[in-house]
Amino acid sequence: MKKQAKFGIGIGIILVALAFLAWLGYGESKTYYHTIAELQTLKSYERSQRMRVGGTVAVGSIRRLAGRVDFVLEGEGKALPVSYAGSDPLPDTFVDKSQALVEGHLGADGQFAAEHVQAKCASKYEAAPGGDVKGAAASSSQPSSM
Amino acid sequence: MDVFGSFALLLALACAVYAFVGGIAAIITRHPLLVKSTRQAGMATCGLIFLATFSLVYLFFTDNYSIAYVVSHSNRDLSTFYKVAALWSGMEGSLLFWSFLLAVYVLSVLIAYRNKNGELMPYVGVVMAGVQIFFLTLNNFVESPFKALAVPGADGVLSYFTRADGNGLNPLLQYPEMVIHPPNLYSGYTGFTIPFAFALGALLARYPGEKWIHLTRKWTMIAWMFQSLGIMLGAHWAYAVLGWGGYWGWDPVENASLLPWLTGTAFLHSVMMQEKRGMMKVWNVWLVFCTFLLCIMGTFLTRSGVVSSVHAFAQSNIGPWFVAFMGITLLVCFGAYLKNRDYLASENHLDSVVSRESSFLFNNLLFLVACIAVLSGTLFPVFSEWFTGNRISVGAPYFNRVNIPVGLLILFLTGVGPLLAWRKTSTESLKRNFGWPLLIGVVVGAVAFVLGFREFFSVVCLILCMFVASTILLEFYRGAKVIRARSGASYPACAIDLTMRNTRRYGGYVIHIGMVFVFIGLSGAAFNRDVQKSMHMGDAMQIGPYTLVLQGVDTKPERNYTAQRMLVEVLRDNKPMMMLFPEKRNFLTNKENGTMVAIYSTLKEDLYVVFAGIDPDAQLPVIHAFLNPLVKWIWFGGVTVVFGTLIALLPNRRSVLVLAPAQQPSAVHPLPHAVTSSVALREGHD
Repeated sequence: MKKQAKFGIGIGIILVALAFLAWLGYGESKTYYHTIAELQTLKSYERSQRMRVGGTVAVGSIRRLAGRVDFVLEGEGKALPVSYAGSDPLPDTFVDKSQALVEGHLGADGQFAAEHVQAKCASKYEAAPGGDVKGAAASSSQPSSM
Repeated sequence: MDVFGSFALLLALACAVYAFVGGIAAIITRHPLLVKSTRQAGMATCGLIFLATFSLVYLFFTDNYSIAYVVSHSNRDLSTFYKVAALWSGMEGSLLFWSFLLAVYVLSVLIAYRNKNGELMPYVGVVMAGVQIFFLTLNNFVESPFKALAVPGADGVLSYFTRADGNGLNPLLQYPEMVIHPPNLYSGYTGFTIPFAFALGALLARYPGEKWIHLTRKWTMIAWMFQSLGIMLGAHWAYAVLGWGGYWGWDPVENASLLPWLTGTAFLHSVMMQEKRGMMKVWNVWLVFCTFLLCIMGTFLTRSGVVSSVHAFAQSNIGPWFVAFMGITLLVCFGAYLKNRDYLASENHLDSVVSRESSFLFNNLLFLVACIAVLSGTLFPVFSEWFTGNRISVGAPYFNRVNIPVGLLILFLTGVGPLLAWRKTSTESLKRNFGWPLLIGVVVGAVAFVLGFREFFSVVCLILCMFVASTILLEFYRGAKVIRARSGASYPACAIDLTMRNTRRYGGYVIHIGMVFVFIGLSGAAFNRDVQKSMHMGDAMQIGPYTLVLQGVDTKPERNYTAQRMLVEVLRDNKPMMMLFPEKRNFLTNKENGTMVAIYSTLKEDLYVVFAGIDPDAQLPVIHAFLNPLVKWIWFGGVTVVFGTLIALLPNRRSVLVLAPAQQPSAVHPLPHAVTSSVALREGHD
């Protein structure tokens, strides 16, 4: 019994210490996901939280200024002006019409101050002759009435 | 060829279903012919999967742009090398590739044990066939790689068409390591299916003793080695291609590859408890189950985009399939455990806190804590949305806070664990084994502190690295001394001889040394620096001891892309050293961009230079330069780990000399030797 108690105490101390560290790290880095449309409905305390917002980069909106890059994200018919001043270079996939995910804080003026930007290009093979290929692609092993 | 491939996949599914259903019937009826035919069905499944895979490769090589998957991942100018990589660059292809690699493992197992372990193999075959059925269902009906391009006409009839050229491969993937990284990682993911199949099979069959552990040891190590290599290559790829100056960002997909590695590593250690002392049987079985489930989840996270990441943005329709498969697997495992849990009763109990057993126990606890921390952080957005409606993610600070201390504790155990005796360790032996290493570690730490290194975790890491490395070198030295006393050969020759006599033990030490190198490299991250600057021609920027002078910018057209290149001269103490050429690549077919970082790497530090783009106002090129200390040690450590694993996979030398008959289960054979030879050697110096 004594030995098991020793193990129990040792394991307990390790777990409690690590859980405390996890809780600290959680507080430092928790980030809320919101859509652009949701931003307007947030309560004031929610607006000050660190957040992540996804959208499509508006065509022609990328303006590279000294020390920062401004652009507009669009989604669900709403637009969000974003200003990125982080030190990492913007990803190569960050271009007009790419899907982007920005992380940072919402400013009082409605401008989003981004610390990180992730981006991915929209797939391009959709623009095949005859329109939407994705919906029309058929398995050749199961040909329809031909 | 696409029709051929589709039919091969369909037939493979039929064979797998036969192997599964027939296998269950064979277990019930014990009819020898049924056993044989299901085994052959399992082999046929694998052969058909090979045919399907080769037909997809053939479609890529013959530039068949009537197939949707080929169109979206290749183009005519893509080099042959990358046409192979295009196979696994998308969802459909990588799922087929999963089936392919699994088939390689399954076929090897079926052939290697075709005349052995007759009681166990039908169970193993059924489990493997079950996993294959799941992936073949996806290959056939959910994400078929052989879909042809077609549009419905006005009358609703589909008309097929062919594109002149494809859209090309994602430029991020056009990098040599991207050709070898996914196969390695996937070989790791799929490889853990084999220990899983044996563990579940042995539990279902109530197969006597620890034999399944001996049988699967090699398979687990092979999967573990590929997983380690895959993680390393992924980190190196992120470092060399993404251009952000780091190698690990706690991205969901990176985490997904780490999770089974953590539980797999825990398993490789805790099996020794079961082999030597008959303990932790329940724990081991569940570690294997969890490792397999985490492999499936890793594939799922990589491919489904359930947590947004660099790798996977788009949502896809495979999610429910994976969740269902994981649920069913968990239910089967749990059912098998409940039914046969008496079979897993432990034979011994812990005797002392300072013993080999307890070091393994804490090792496992720490690996599990790391795994749970990474898993919960990765899935936090998903679960927070379920429970609170808010999608909350956690970032690097969360992962680092937990995993840095856990990593350092594991590093400490790496040094201590292998030298503690089973059951109970005497104070005398503690002094003998750890006196010098502890002194060396503390002295080096004190010197580092005096020299001005004050980052707490980095200094602790350095002390522990020195401590662990000394304990291991001391082990080699003592062992070699014993052999030298008898043979009179040189110390290095004796150390090699020693390693070959007990490959498992000394290969393990080599792996530990490799991990020490990795930790040395990781500790450098606390001292990273970076500078970013818009440069005129002839402008200079300073970073650490290096001066970078922009000598020019040129454009270099290549077959598949155009490269914009910076010509950067590097000076050190005002003496020219070399030129670096960081590039930005513009891919012609899909108008995407790629970065090629220029790295000058030494053991002390990496000079890492990125062409960060053109400053649009001044129309000047921008250099982003990083100085990252000790990074090379990480890659060096990774290579050492793989090398150590290969040593541990070798049979012990003495059993080679007596020419162990090939029919003997090779994983079983070395063990008695491992015990006896290690005892003999330890007697020499204890």
